[in-house]
Amino acid sequence: MLYREAGQFKSSYAEDQRIFPILQDRIAFWAVLVFAFAVVPAIANQYWFAAILTPFLIFSLAALGLNILTGYAGQLSLGTAAFMAVGAFMAYNFELRVPGMPILVSFALAGLCAAAVGIVFGLPSLRIKGFYLAVATLACQFFVLWALQRFGWFSNYSASGVITAGKIEILGVEFDTAAEKYLLTLAIVSVMALAAKNLMRSETGRAFMAVRDMDVAASVIGIPIMKTKLLAFAISSFYCGVAGALYAFCYLGTVEPEAFNLDLSFRVLFMIIIGGVGSILGSFLGAAFITLLPIFLNLFFGAVSHLVGVEIPHAWLSNIELIIFGALIVFFLVVEPHGLARLWQIGKEKLRLWPFPH
Amino acid sequence: MNVSFFFEVLIGGLLAGVMYSLVAIGFVLIYKASGVFNFAQGAMVFFAALTFVSLLEAGVNFWLALVITLAVMVVLGIATEKVVLRPLVNQPPITLFMATIGLTFVLEGLSQLVWGSQPHGLELGIPDVPMEWLSQTWGINISQFDLFAAGVAGVLVVVLALFFQYTRIGRALRAVADDHQAALAVGIPLKHIWAIVWAVAGFVALVAGLMWGARNGVQYSLTFIALKALPVLILGGFESVAGAIVGGLIVGASEKLAEVYLPQLVGPGLAELLGAPVNLQGIESWFAYVVALLFLLVRPEGLFGEKIIDRV
Amino acid sequence: MALAAQPQVQAPQPAAEPPAQARPIGEPILVVENVSLSFGGVRALQDVSFDVREREVRAIIGPNGAGKSSMLNVLNGVYHPQSGTIRLRVGERWLEFHDMNPHEAARLGIARTFQNIALFKGMTVLDNIMTGRNLKMRASFLEQALWLGRAKREELENRRAVEEIIDFLEIQHIRKTPVGRLPYGLQKRVELARALAAEPRILLLDEPMAGMNLEEKQDMCRFILDVNDHFGTTIVLIEHDMGVVMDISDRVVVLDYGRKIGDGTPQEIRANQAVIDAYLGVAH
Repeated sequence: MLYREAGQFKSSYAEDQRIFPILQDRIAFWAVLVFAFAVVPAIANQYWFAAILTPFLIFSLAALGLNILTGYAGQLSLGTAAFMAVGAFMAYNFELRVPGMPILVSFALAGLCAAAVGIVFGLPSLRIKGFYLAVATLACQFFVLWALQRFGWFSNYSASGVITAGKIEILGVEFDTAAEKYLLTLAIVSVMALAAKNLMRSETGRAFMAVRDMDVAASVIGIPIMKTKLLAFAISSFYCGVAGALYAFCYLGTVEPEAFNLDLSFRVLFMIIIGGVGSILGSFLGAAFITLLPIFLNLFFGAVSHLVGVEIPHAWLSNIELIIFGALIVFFLVVEPHGLARLWQIGKEKLRLWPFPH
Repeated sequence: MNVSFFFEVLIGGLLAGVMYSLVAIGFVLIYKASGVFNFAQGAMVFFAALTFVSLLEAGVNFWLALVITLAVMVVLGIATEKVVLRPLVNQPPITLFMATIGLTFVLEGLSQLVWGSQPHGLELGIPDVPMEWLSQTWGINISQFDLFAAGVAGVLVVVLALFFQYTRIGRALRAVADDHQAALAVGIPLKHIWAIVWAVAGFVALVAGLMWGARNGVQYSLTFIALKALPVLILGGFESVAGAIVGGLIVGASEKLAEVYLPQLVGPGLAELLGAPVNLQGIESWFAYVVALLFLLVRPEGLFGEKIIDRV
Repeated sequence: MALAAQPQVQAPQPAAEPPAQARPIGEPILVVENVSLSFGGVRALQDVSFDVREREVRAIIGPNGAGKSSMLNVLNGVYHPQSGTIRLRVGERWLEFHDMNPHEAARLGIARTFQNIALFKGMTVLDNIMTGRNLKMRASFLEQALWLGRAKREELENRRAVEEIIDFLEIQHIRKTPVGRLPYGLQKRVELARALAAEPRILLLDEPMAGMNLEEKQDMCRFILDVNDHFGTTIVLIEHDMGVVMDISDRVVVLDYGRKIGDGTPQEIRANQAVIDAYLGVAH
């Protein structure tokens, strides 16, 4: 009833190719954007910004990057955290060493550095496929982390490689409150998400998916396999690099190489598995899920503790979290391999018919 | 260069490599029989070691604890096959791989939930001290324990080889590894076979867990041994037990040699180039992977693997 | 497999169009000279030579294992022959090669379909066919990310071209369906559409009617002939159904055990004793 498409005819290809061809979708999307930009800053508190919203956005960006590489282009990568680390540390260095460098330019350059690293470690993908490639990305993950720890230049020779991100100032306006950092992150992530969506619905996206589905056939119809795979690595790493820079500057403030360990890579991988591989929306859904789950568990077990009167040890919580993560991964892979995004789609399809059964 | 020191490092590396092989063999077994790359093998090693050690600390007799742990591992294997793998039987291998990653996390959480998360020591009665006569005759220090572990691995490989070659079940396992459909066609019960394979893999995980636990203590980091097994498998191929041994030896030796000698070789030159002192410790963390990576570039199917032909 | 016993598939003449003889078949544009191909010890092709004329429908037939698919794979660069050359006319010049790769073949205007469907299972019909236009899209990825100017224009122009092909092959109703969900016959049609999207000069079809029922075969025949008439595309096809081959091809090459044993019009081939023997399995 609400979600009827009746009467919405497309009279040009341009209309058919829109990101949201259905009017209700467009309305919903703009509503969400307005809510995120205008309403949330007014009603949310410090904790929400710093602990939930900003990390959610940052992880969405990283998940987006990984999705481009693994979901769309089919190149499995376990080195996401390494690319984020490159972004974080290079942004720090650009800010530190180039006087007067605008922060957005630092972020962009950091992303480009991550892209360069991505291309180097993506070269093996020309010869290696499937989870052999995953091992190559593991090499990247461990090597980058080691290099950042061992070569003091990256962390300005601080002990154990810790860096503290400087303050953010754009055109004279300082972004130092949690709310301001949230808005900056939101703006950057929105723009990059739009760019990603545009890319994936154009020839680049199709080339990625062709390489993922059957690269021999792709080459036969003229798609350059090498350039396509390397482009996927480059774009994906760029996104992860910017996410890493935001991670350091807008979220944690102080980071060390260890923060970008294999665990983080797995976390982002889980986000795209649960959210939906090969889906822009899925990256956001997965990031939201994984960011909110620990908080939800905390609340849930806190409530249970109160009710039952038994104190549940904190150590239990992190282990239960692990078990639930793992079980969910298996659950999603068995029940809905295309993740939450597909469930969302199915929900929408049901909504089109509502209140009729078929 | 001190020759005896070199041999010490080399042999130490080889023996460490044997330990990696122990874990890799578990991978190979499962991959051979069901085509699944069981990322959870490391977690299984951890779980086995933790269960065993906790039983010991609860006062259970050594051999009884061993039997109980083995039973638990077998049940775990069968449960895994039923709950995780069977529903995913027709999915692409990447999906199965990710499912085993999920399984890893479940096992890790479960292990620590049930048995707690403090590290445990594990005494097998063999001290980690250099062999007396070796160190006195040739000036080489080689740990007794490492030699013992190598011996255990050797025995395990022989037992497995005999099992596969000469028993009916072993033959059936080889048939299944070769061609599922054909095995079904001659009446081999696929599901039983897979359950057996996972049980055997569980047993191997237990042995590996005991060795590693005794060496490094039973703690959370044990699960990451699985990651080190990956380069071993790449070098040795995913389907060969012998390959796992050879791969393990290569990885162990090259890793240790690189850790000791590379900083000496490259350090000073690099320091001059960068104009600052460099500390190249920790090469071990990535060297094996880079070696595997370079190897893959030359021979994408591993030393003992079969060539993959893409047909259109 | 006797020639005469095959059920005849009537390839309906395209309505209101000049009869087949009036279609102007041109000079040779593809010449295969003494091509030999082996895999290890197996000789797939031995010293095969023939030519393909512009705008003709050239069939390659032969018993199973004769080397037909291998020949097609050589033509589009998937396999490299150990000896012999392929010559392709590009404009006024002749290009000679024996180690082309598929990507270059695509750029030179050679498109093909596969025996086992090589569609991209994760994409819709529309997207699959659009990938066929990839060589025509010039916008860089940055332009595409911004969805402005050249990128947007190209996307819409190519969409228009693809829609024409969709109309032509009558697959409008499934354009947004993921390809993996389509029945086999329709998938083959989509693969043909993808090959056509590249606007090829030469179209290589590897058993385009395998696994189809009578109706589907009739449709496919009609489409192939329409492509040949309408776009003037040269067609080289491998086909087992003799009725189809006799009806729609202009000339036929017969292979057996990697050697050419016949080359001529369908009528000539039908009467060729060596060909009949090959199919009947007479030892030679």
